[in-house]
Amino acid sequence: MSSNPQQSASGDSELINASIAQLRQRLESGELRATELASTFAARIEAIDPRLNSLISRVDPVGSADADGRLAGIPFVHKDIFCAHGTRTTCGSRMLADWVAPYDATVHDKLSRSGAVLLGKANMDEFAMGSSNENSYFGAVANPWDEKAVPGGSSGGSAAAVAARLVPFATGTDTGGSIRQPAAFCGVTGIKPTYGRVSRFGMIAYASSFDQGGVLAKSAADCAEVLGEMAGFDPHDSTSVNRPVPDYYTTLDDSIAGLRVGVPKQWFSEALDPAVGDAVQAAIDELRAAGAEPVEIDLPDADLALAAYYLLAPAEASSNLSRFDGVRFGYRCEDPKDLQDLYERTRSEGFGAEVKRRILVGTYALSAGYYDAFYLRAQKARRLVAEHFDRAFEQCDVIAGPVTPTTAFDRGAHSSDPAKMYLEDIFTIPVNLAGLPGMSVPAGFVDGRPVGLQLIGRHFDEARLLNVAHQYQQRVDWHERMPSIAVDSSNQ
Amino acid sequence: MSLTNDQLQAVAHLARIAIEPDWTDALRSDLNAILEQADKLGDPRLNELEPMAHPLDQTQFLRADVVSEGDRRETLMAGAPAQENGLFLVPKVIE
Repeated sequence: MSSNPQQSASGDSELINASIAQLRQRLESGELRATELASTFAARIEAIDPRLNSLISRVDPVGSADADGRLAGIPFVHKDIFCAHGTRTTCGSRMLADWVAPYDATVHDKLSRSGAVLLGKANMDEFAMGSSNENSYFGAVANPWDEKAVPGGSSGGSAAAVAARLVPFATGTDTGGSIRQPAAFCGVTGIKPTYGRVSRFGMIAYASSFDQGGVLAKSAADCAEVLGEMAGFDPHDSTSVNRPVPDYYTTLDDSIAGLRVGVPKQWFSEALDPAVGDAVQAAIDELRAAGAEPVEIDLPDADLALAAYYLLAPAEASSNLSRFDGVRFGYRCEDPKDLQDLYERTRSEGFGAEVKRRILVGTYALSAGYYDAFYLRAQKARRLVAEHFDRAFEQCDVIAGPVTPTTAFDRGAHSSDPAKMYLEDIFTIPVNLAGLPGMSVPAGFVDGRPVGLQLIGRHFDEARLLNVAHQYQQRVDWHERMPSIAVDSSNQ
Repeated sequence: MSLTNDQLQAVAHLARIAIEPDWTDALRSDLNAILEQADKLGDPRLNELEPMAHPLDQTQFLRADVVSEGDRRETLMAGAPAQENGLFLVPKVIE
């Protein structure tokens, strides 16, 4: 095994599949230089990404040579929703196609201080609204396991980039499933922390009472390392939670013997593809083999959660996205005849169809005479769903189930039917309503497309989720499998 | 609950989004399919519940009342589509 820079531009397979801890060890020993590592991954992006379109922008690596943080020299990409000073930050929208961020998101600031090296900005559904990454102004993203399939969304570029081993990790955000669902579809590990755990400052807002930043990486161990660096109190975010961040890495090896794993019986219904259900059940059996004790739990009303979310999130979006007015930043229409025309045409031309649909639904739900029937009722449904989780966690320590009803669907399959597309989020949305932490962990394949196991914890129980996921990953190798697009090119 | 074309135009005006005429029918049918899901919220179990606005019951913290950002006007205005002398330019508002 050699880290000779003369080697193929695409890098050797051991290097691209190495854990962050292994990369750090090689960097610290001097066997590998940070610049070599960055150029290895930059070359992979150059060679492979034209087939995937996982990145909107590439960024020339600017790592500080004397960085000595935990992530010193480790390359990554941001979902293009995170501001990084001086980089184009588009949020997947024509509205921000040429907008250059004038400051750093707290997440970017923290990762930079830790020494991580930004290589690009990942493709995403416009303003994080979508479950297939087909709503990007910068084009759809291919799933590395099957280019006919979607990578999921909205953090589809982040998931595809990690799956194809273009970077060791990527940031993402999850409002209704946007980390977990693409992680499941692309066979990578993703964690959405508790609401308030990771700062939203500099993360372009979609639905502020749900939005939460997180990580997509190859393994739970890598997620643990990165999340520890990203998380923490931020006075710039009014909903940031002021409590200490544990070292998630140190509890990965804890035994899960006796751990009560709640399995929601309602989630294994006719809505779930039986083959996906079998893979998830096999993963739960593996947890049992590791000493955990599965218990059946009640988690009803997922359909109500979905209905509530698809009013509440658009309502918040309609307010958040009112800032895009063609005056202060971003796109402006040509030759507006008056101020009204400026606003209306700028927003009509600058936003894509799904964003407009959600703004309109949200505006309607908040408009005079409808507020009580829609918004208030949806907030009550949110309470009901949160109470179901409270009751479930009286009987168990973590919840395990599917992330999605099916594996990745074909590109174009749902794009003409938004209401059907929303059903993709039926198992992820309840978690966002309650603000709980959730993970997606690779748990097998159906017809060559990955399946995700979802783990859900109590508020601020990220350490436990990562521990359970890591213990699972000690027993299986699904997370180490690479799609052929990643492997073939490393043999070039 | 279903939207008429007039209601759609009224909402579009509130949202300051111009709707292309050839999109109106398809858009209206999409929005109605989405709003149809909201019928589930008529569930009587919801009647007595407190609305939940935020996932954690926490109170808003206050930061120290000191200037933290300084003057960043030029940097922040650099992304504006039209500006002059530190002002955003818009079409004439008063004749």
